[in-house]
Amino acid sequence: MSTLDFSTTIGNAWFPAPTFTASGCASSGRELAQFFPLREMGGVVTKSVMSKVRPGRPTPRMAETPSGMLNSIGLQGPGIDAFLAKDVPYLVEQKARVIVSIAGETVEEYSTLARKLRAVSGISAIEVNISCPNVESRGQVFATDLETSKRVIDGVRRTIGGELPIIAKLSPDVTDLVSIARGVVDAGADGLALINTVLGMVINVDTMRPHLGGKTGGLSGPAIRPIAVRAVYQVHAALPNTPIIGMGGISSGKDALEMILAGASGVSIGTASFGNPTAIMSIQNELKQLLLDRGFTSLKQAVGYAHRPIEGE
Amino acid sequence: MQINKAAKQLLAPIVSNKKVGQYHQIIINIGDVAASCKPGNFVAISVGGESSRMVLRRAFAISRVSTSAAVGGTMELIVAPHGQGSKWLCAQGEGVVLDVVAPLGTAFGIPTEPVPVLLVGGGYGSAPLFGLAELLNSRGCRVDMLLGASTGTKIYAPMEGKRAVNSMRIYTEDGSMGTAGRVTDPIPEIIKDLDIAVIYSCGPMPMLAAITKITKEFDVVHQCAVEESMACGIGICMTCVLPVENEDGTVSMLRSCIDGPVMDGSRVQWSEVGKQL
Repeated sequence: MSTLDFSTTIGNAWFPAPTFTASGCASSGRELAQFFPLREMGGVVTKSVMSKVRPGRPTPRMAETPSGMLNSIGLQGPGIDAFLAKDVPYLVEQKARVIVSIAGETVEEYSTLARKLRAVSGISAIEVNISCPNVESRGQVFATDLETSKRVIDGVRRTIGGELPIIAKLSPDVTDLVSIARGVVDAGADGLALINTVLGMVINVDTMRPHLGGKTGGLSGPAIRPIAVRAVYQVHAALPNTPIIGMGGISSGKDALEMILAGASGVSIGTASFGNPTAIMSIQNELKQLLLDRGFTSLKQAVGYAHRPIEGE
Repeated sequence: MQINKAAKQLLAPIVSNKKVGQYHQIIINIGDVAASCKPGNFVAISVGGESSRMVLRRAFAISRVSTSAAVGGTMELIVAPHGQGSKWLCAQGEGVVLDVVAPLGTAFGIPTEPVPVLLVGGGYGSAPLFGLAELLNSRGCRVDMLLGASTGTKIYAPMEGKRAVNSMRIYTEDGSMGTAGRVTDPIPEIIKDLDIAVIYSCGPMPMLAAITKITKEFDVVHQCAVEESMACGIGICMTCVLPVENEDGTVSMLRSCIDGPVMDGSRVQWSEVGKQL
């Protein structure tokens, strides 16, 4: 029986497996913990937290679409203080590796959040979510603008110093993703999370109005997987040394392998967990087997393998 | 937050699937899990099979559970085939193995004293009330029941359901079955006549809101099972929220899959549903 080094690294953070929850798809962690031990996956990426308590958007917040779903939660959450008091200690106690995801309405809010995280023990990395589509004004999606994206990451980097790895979560809803990826890496991001949901809409033909309370929502699930694979492939080609956590519709080990081959060093699972609470565990086991079947002895060998030159050329 | 710690994911075969009026009565073998299902709990089922384009589970109220020597533990669902997922489920026959997660959510609270209670069901929302009626009856409560729907064919009232109830009255808006009118019309009178202590309800949101108005006026406890569209059923997607008043008077968006489906009707802010908090 051949062995496989399944571990991955993002900045100075080491994870025994390349599998993570996607931010906003694991709530506090307790909800998934009754189906499998959280420490058995690579890590938990927590729901993007803001400075204050946030009620989120009105219902309906969800619409199933072909091979996917639209959500419009609007970053409902307890605020950073309650989150640090209740949720982080629980995850640490479960021996889960924790990536805390933060979201702000202003460049300053991100820095304020980062400051609160500086002294918290048990955190492996920070995800800076600059791409949530469910905010009141689409103009607030920092990741659609190169300059504001850089300012957010630069502010977080300066605040937390050089210790905790920073992962910037980007939106695919841009013309030139590579330039934004390069910009945030230059500004101090150690890794990238690709992709956030794709902005969409469903109109109810009975009421003849937008179905979601927030009108627009983020499309996730297998419907967006090819967009995610493309995004990861393009960014990895331009920034081969920057670790990427790939996500968007991964629901099987084969889907995860596709993302790894495109250039992801890890994968996040979101919508698949909604349909199957133990999805992350089966994806992890399937991915391990698929890598072994193809003769890889480490996950790292497979990262970006789809980019290799065609023999004889 | 009150996660149902009894929840398990399992592969469960369909024992039978019968058409009952406009609904399907589906019995599923869930083995030992039946013992941890309480009236009010629900189940989340994968639909559409392996290659389906439906990626989300569907949530159904567990209408009752039973245990027999021949089949083991089973649960009964009453399903209206109106969406893609429920239509798929209703088309599955005996022996088909389903991926289920159960039991989920909160259960109806049972009074510590044997008090008179009223059960109110709207449409097939009445289904979980029959198992509840049996439990309340076994605890010595006097159980009366009101069923309502827009029309008679949408009333779900199995013959054996009458065993555990003292009386059952049916209301339809078009008068095609029982009394013409809304199921909420006779509630104030019944509360006074029978000295009702608790109302248990399950059905569409306007009905639950109307009952809350009455129970607040008469100071009667209202335990209602809400129905809000869910993506996951296990508390991780945050889509199925309702505005609910906290102890301190503030309002929070609570998940109907974790803090519900059974909620204290007097705390749900019915007029705020669908609005920005």
